[in-house]
Amino acid sequence: MGLRNNIDKIKPNFEEGGKFAKFHSTFEAFETFLYTPNRVTTNGAHIRNYVDMKRSLIYVVFALIPCFLFGTWNIGYQHFLSVGESVTFWQTFGYGLLKIIPLYIVSYIVGLAIEFIFAEIRHEEVNEGYFVTGFLIPLIMPVDVPLWMLAIAVAFAVIIGKEVFGGSGMNVVNPALLARAFLFFSYPSKMTGDNVWIAEKADAYSGATPLGTIFNGGSVNDLPSLADLFIGTIPGSVGETSKIAILIGGIFLIITGIASLRIIISTFIGAIAMTLVFNVLGTNPAMEVPFYYQIMMGGFLFGTFFMATDPVTAAQTNIGKWVYGFLIGAIAILIRVANPGYPEGMMLSILLMNVFAPLIDWCVVACNIRKRKKRWAAAERSDK
Amino acid sequence: MSKNMNLITAPLRKANPITVLILGICSSLAVTAKLKPAIVMALSVTVVTALSNLVISLLRKGIPSKIRIIVQLIVVATLVILVDQFLKAFMYDVSKQLSVFVGLIITNCIVMGRLEAFAMSHSPWESFLDGIGNGLGYGSILVIVAFFRELFGSGTLLGYQIIPQGLYDFGYVNNGLMILPPMALIIIGIIIWLQKPEEEK
Repeated sequence: MGLRNNIDKIKPNFEEGGKFAKFHSTFEAFETFLYTPNRVTTNGAHIRNYVDMKRSLIYVVFALIPCFLFGTWNIGYQHFLSVGESVTFWQTFGYGLLKIIPLYIVSYIVGLAIEFIFAEIRHEEVNEGYFVTGFLIPLIMPVDVPLWMLAIAVAFAVIIGKEVFGGSGMNVVNPALLARAFLFFSYPSKMTGDNVWIAEKADAYSGATPLGTIFNGGSVNDLPSLADLFIGTIPGSVGETSKIAILIGGIFLIITGIASLRIIISTFIGAIAMTLVFNVLGTNPAMEVPFYYQIMMGGFLFGTFFMATDPVTAAQTNIGKWVYGFLIGAIAILIRVANPGYPEGMMLSILLMNVFAPLIDWCVVACNIRKRKKRWAAAERSDK
Repeated sequence: MSKNMNLITAPLRKANPITVLILGICSSLAVTAKLKPAIVMALSVTVVTALSNLVISLLRKGIPSKIRIIVQLIVVATLVILVDQFLKAFMYDVSKQLSVFVGLIITNCIVMGRLEAFAMSHSPWESFLDGIGNGLGYGSILVIVAFFRELFGSGTLLGYQIIPQGLYDFGYVNNGLMILPPMALIIIGIIIWLQKPEEEK
């Protein structure tokens, strides 16, 4: 326990009045990162639960690891496929790793630096929220995104998306998605189109994602097979391509109780319902895409399991969750099919519903209050 | 004298029409993609608020309270049309860029707000200064927002390229979001965020 002793020895320096009191938050963050804090609160009633915030956030990171591993391999796979070389598994994986590690370094350095600075300014504890956000951000980017753009996007997302509202837990929209949305609108040439999804792609090779194919007027017949979509050997953002990896992570999140099953199911219902409506209308190839393809394409599954269920930005009431999820699914498909501007709608629909989630909750609560008032009035009348 | 100075300086910071009173947001989103239209708009609004404040303050004792809004509107509309014609005559390209927003100065809340809140109850000279102060307060925010939007959105200031070509060759890309109105709102939000704690001191 040498480390523990060392920490205890330097601890007074960081307490109030110590030499480095300015860095109290930073010290505290590292200490609690390494050891369970031994402080206990002394007043009020408490419910003890082993799932504290650190635990629940690290579960999300665990759940993302299959996506990360597959995505890393797929970066290499798509690259070597496009240039037409055949290489071993480890070369493929290593190439992907070389591509993705810089994204992670930038994401964490920029994001955590901002978190630490704000925590020190506000004399608060450093919050763990960024661990998940920082892990998510590289997974929803095109792999060739320039690092300086990523740095700006992370800074924007953390400051404007989170810190202005008071830090983790106070944010209105999902910071990871905000980072992507920022890049999406700021640098469209690097974020959309057919040329961004494969690392160092050979020029002649088509790098269109399935959604891009549909967007450019292709029909279902032009798409990769369902099996490819499911396994994930297709171009796309790093984490979103493999549906198997997403499902493994998603089921883990559902079992551990971190992701809300209500939101996930209702998102599926919303997407399927909307697709069926379009199928009936069916005036162009995009409308005729069957729902199992819509679910398999693009970031739908990834968004459903990891973004829509973010407990901070989602609706909190049970009925609210159904409405929230349903609208995410429906609007995502609506944007995909009906919008002439962008091929993918999941990001925008989740961000939109993030903004509306508090309103949905408010309506649910207000309805409930009215219902109970009525019941109460009826009971009172029957008493007389 | 210091009281009169205060009429001009207060709206620049602690009574700023945009960041404190949250008035005139609409036009500040619309005309701030480039610095030049923003400056012209700022001057136009300053002229209109100053002169309309002056005119209304001169007339204030003769205006029946029931029709005061109509009288104010007539004065403001006249001035706005004068400004509009002036821009069309001497700065046609900027006038084109500003398009409908010059005409919409009539509905700018700052103008009507100052008439109602200040000019109707103060002497002409004070009202004139108040109009200048509020116009400049509005304009200063416009110029700050436009500065950042043009610099990062187009890499230029007043049309001259500021960000060196070498940087573009290196892979720098202009930020498309800066051109879009939401970014103006975000920049105004940041200004408010930075200004707020200072005021509370």
